[in-house]
Amino acid sequence: MTLESKIPAGDIATKWTQYKSTVPLVNPANKRQLEIIVVGTGLAGASAAATLAEMGYKVKAFCFQDSPRRAHSIAAQGGINAAKNYQNDGDSVYRLFYDTIKGGDYRAREANVHRLAECSTSIIDQCVAQGVPFAREYGGTLSNRSFGGTQVQRTFYAAGQTGQQLLLGAYSGLERQVGLGNVKMYARHEMIEVVKIDGKARGIIARNLVTGELERHFGHAVLLCTGGYGNVFYLSTNAMGSNVTAAWKAHKAGAYFGNPCFTQIHPTCIPVSGHYQSKLTLMSESLRNDGRIWVPKKQNDDRHPNDIPEDERDYYLERRYPAFGNLVPRDIASRAAKERCDAGYGVGQSKMAVYLDFKYNMMQKYGRTEASKLNIANPDDETLIRLGKEVIKEKYGNLFDMYKQITDEDPYEVPMRIYPAVHYTMGGLWVDYDLMTNVPGMYALGEANFSDHGANRLGASALMQGLADGYFVIPITIGNYLSKEIHTKPISTDHEAFVAAEKAANDRIQQLMSIHGTRSVESYHRELGLIMWNKCGMARNEKGLKEAIAEIQALRADFYKNVRIPGSINEFNPELDKAGRVADFLELGELMCIDALNRNESCGGHFREEYQTEEGEAMRDDENYMYVAAWENKGDTWELHKEELKYENIKIQQRSYK
Amino acid sequence: MSKLMKLNLKVWRQKNTNSAGNFEEYKVDASPDMSFLEMFDVLNEQLIETGKEPVAFDHDCREGICGMCSMVIDGRPHGPKQGVTTCQLHMRSFNDGDTITVEPWRADGFPVIKDLTVNRSAFDRIIAAGGFISTNAGNAVDANSVLIPKDVADEAFEAATCIGCGACVSACKNASAMLFVGAKVTQLSKLPQGKPERETRVVAMVNQMDAEGFGACTNTGACAAECPKQIPLSVIANLNREYIGAKMNGK
Amino acid sequence: MKLLSFLFTSSIGRKVLMAVTGLSLVAFLLVHAGINACIFFNDGGETFNHAAEFMAHNWLIRSAEIGLFLGLLLHIVQGLSLTASNNQKRSSKYGASAGNANSKWYSRSMGILGSLLLIFLVMHLKHFWVVSRFTDAIQETAGSTLFDEMVVVFADPLPVFVYVIGCISLAYHLLHGFQSAFQSLGINHPAYSPIIKSIGAGFSIIVPLVFAAMPIAMHLGWIK
Repeated sequence: MTLESKIPAGDIATKWTQYKSTVPLVNPANKRQLEIIVVGTGLAGASAAATLAEMGYKVKAFCFQDSPRRAHSIAAQGGINAAKNYQNDGDSVYRLFYDTIKGGDYRAREANVHRLAECSTSIIDQCVAQGVPFAREYGGTLSNRSFGGTQVQRTFYAAGQTGQQLLLGAYSGLERQVGLGNVKMYARHEMIEVVKIDGKARGIIARNLVTGELERHFGHAVLLCTGGYGNVFYLSTNAMGSNVTAAWKAHKAGAYFGNPCFTQIHPTCIPVSGHYQSKLTLMSESLRNDGRIWVPKKQNDDRHPNDIPEDERDYYLERRYPAFGNLVPRDIASRAAKERCDAGYGVGQSKMAVYLDFKYNMMQKYGRTEASKLNIANPDDETLIRLGKEVIKEKYGNLFDMYKQITDEDPYEVPMRIYPAVHYTMGGLWVDYDLMTNVPGMYALGEANFSDHGANRLGASALMQGLADGYFVIPITIGNYLSKEIHTKPISTDHEAFVAAEKAANDRIQQLMSIHGTRSVESYHRELGLIMWNKCGMARNEKGLKEAIAEIQALRADFYKNVRIPGSINEFNPELDKAGRVADFLELGELMCIDALNRNESCGGHFREEYQTEEGEAMRDDENYMYVAAWENKGDTWELHKEELKYENIKIQQRSYK
Repeated sequence: MSKLMKLNLKVWRQKNTNSAGNFEEYKVDASPDMSFLEMFDVLNEQLIETGKEPVAFDHDCREGICGMCSMVIDGRPHGPKQGVTTCQLHMRSFNDGDTITVEPWRADGFPVIKDLTVNRSAFDRIIAAGGFISTNAGNAVDANSVLIPKDVADEAFEAATCIGCGACVSACKNASAMLFVGAKVTQLSKLPQGKPERETRVVAMVNQMDAEGFGACTNTGACAAECPKQIPLSVIANLNREYIGAKMNGK
Repeated sequence: MKLLSFLFTSSIGRKVLMAVTGLSLVAFLLVHAGINACIFFNDGGETFNHAAEFMAHNWLIRSAEIGLFLGLLLHIVQGLSLTASNNQKRSSKYGASAGNANSKWYSRSMGILGSLLLIFLVMHLKHFWVVSRFTDAIQETAGSTLFDEMVVVFADPLPVFVYVIGCISLAYHLLHGFQSAFQSLGINHPAYSPIIKSIGAGFSIIVPLVFAAMPIAMHLGWIK
């Protein structure tokens, strides 16, 4: 099977507009006869479900949480990009497109990214109309800030809770449709199997997590909006429940998995403090607007950070990347932190941390401005700190509180200690321009697909993609498929394909429950995470990846012999839910290593130690690897398919932020 | 590594919605740097290792924003510390040797599913009844075409930070959901975009709230005192005002 | 009437009715306390009797009294039924109590405080109101005036005790109720609410204190 990305012909700037006006449509009467299943209710899922229901389709939405409002999009902090150019600083759709492609280290699809940049402006309009309380200036206009990898201010935000506000907006739209009877909502349900009939996706098997019952659901199309798989690393900034299961079942049912090894390690997270740790907490990238990252110039310097004088501090990002400084993209900032810590300059008890220091900007940037507003000439340091602290508090108060809560240290007084942590996965199900996987009728939206961020995602772009896909892309592109399905009558869930899919799902559950081993699910997950982090994490090499593959295979075999799942099937049993998810991670982990091993280059978040410049920067191999690696599952092995990437509108060069 | 604390736990165990529950006692060693939920992870691993059934509790993001975690700790939702959720509560807020009682949210509007897990779908139904602005994707005008004064935007935002955890209901002696409903009504009625349907919205939401079996507010202030996002009591006054206005207008 | 039906059917409406009737009772208390305070002229009840006479025979006051009684009745019935229905919203009770960590005990005890007040009120009405309004029998039973009646009633320590308990209940009932009524009516403003709360607190202390001072003073013979 060849991969057809189905990118419409024409000039990149008008391609999407033209496509929108020529794509086949479904008339309103027919829409009411068509059923769409949406799995996941984060930004992509909630916005898609709401919008499709507004258009007249019959929608069924599923989420594993107790309410659609709890999807992990809610935890996104910093902001959402849009090429509004409200700041008059030279922003444009093209610039956002360019920044995103470059930020992704030239491994994203041009046409999709341009469309994303085009949709970005409408997203802000839509969210404001819904009542999302974005931050505003005194004049009543919207406020913006900067994020990594860009030189304009195009990030819209709502304090440090932008994801929450955007998701609640989409959720309110979704609930409105639930109230109107256009969406049927299934909370505490997990999709555990795809139903395919004549090669097309026709439904899912979902497990009611409260009763344990398996349910069959038919749909003319199935949309997977199930987020990323960062939890394969056990410790990540993802929610505890975030999982790959729905996407993985789709993959096993024939959908190709694109660039699985492209993982984003976020540079500013609170470091690990103990073995019992269950998750890592992000400190928003927006903090890098005002925080300066440094380590001591001396190795193993045990002095208190406030006792280390200015000239003994190494502001290594500003030193290495003077043009972007502390606002380099995430992959670069993360690697630089790891480099310093590995070289013995790390700080804190574990020595696996660097400082993020607000004192300079607190005093010199905000303190001085405020002092000048108050007509204080020659303010002393104390005054500057006092005045600057108020501004910092207003901008980042909730993040500072969160930091203090977790570490018991006051970041207004002492620099934050931060270290990179797994945050986002650029890889995901392979999709074409319509966001359809290679299985007809099955779509993947948001983080669950691979398409827009290449090998590294820029900050404030995930929210943008999720909402673009849900509000503005899928409502148009799905017509291309469903317009041909108007004669398909709803298929009875007694159809043999449903029966077979349910049996397969049931067999898997029975198998897990009959192991009766001795080790907890959690312990396997933790062990898998360690393998992944050490050998398929921020830096990878051939030897390590090969070892990892063997170790994962062994761990998986052990899992099916020794795992202990308490309780029974037909009840609320979170351990069983977790077991199913970890079983899928144990397969995905192997594929990620295989993909990382295959890609003999360094690009974005994928850093192969063998392929770096003398200065330690990622060295791409455009000649051999400028493609999307789309993996087809063949039982225990995988077959690689390649989608060549063509750059017709952007000149490819070595990514430089110096 | 900080010293481990020895804790006695009294945890509510209930097989399912229809069965009666009871407290069971456990001992667990915890580090002061653990979160309360990580302490429960440790307890659960112990239980699984010894062939017992782990305690079912809701949790997801573990950074205080999803609103899923929901334990009443020593009589107080999300524990003794103000402005945090259970997942953000660290064991350093307790002392070595403490006995800690842990229960589910208790309210007829939130039936127990199992142990410490409750069903909060009533909140979703309240939102579905009216907690939205009726606008379809594609209808919006330019975001800066409606100017919103900063203080109005800030006020709406403050109300909008509600995470829908239900601590307000669980803290209230009447199991009233008015802080939750008030927060949403306040957010949407303050903003110019939300004004056109403010009357129908508040009436629909209050009707649904009453139908779900939540009590009436008697202004004890327990909800706001326990709210992990510190939503102020003024949102309930605002809800009352909106509701009275709508009713007096014949809505 | 349909317009006002929400006052009896919805959770917020019922609270609004509590607030409106409560505030009208607050107004009554002010007048009542003012007139009663006339005894402190210590003129053998002359000023007081004069005022009481006026209240008992002015037709405007008498008609307002009907409204007041209706309000009182609504406040009692609604209060009892609201408390009962609120108490039914949590079938399974908590094993551990938060104590006063998140709210004041008297805010949580309005039903009990109100019931205590009701018991007191029955006794109080029997002592004075029934006598002054419906019988011309004051002369025959006790003395010649309402003041004389007070002297007789408060000679006995038991009613004095009950009245003091009633006044304490009233104080706490008002301490919560006064400011709570404004909140129920939707009045909560960063500038004005602190003022309302201060006035409420002052009112809740001063008015019951004035009331309690009467039986005590009379019992101890300070007022003759």
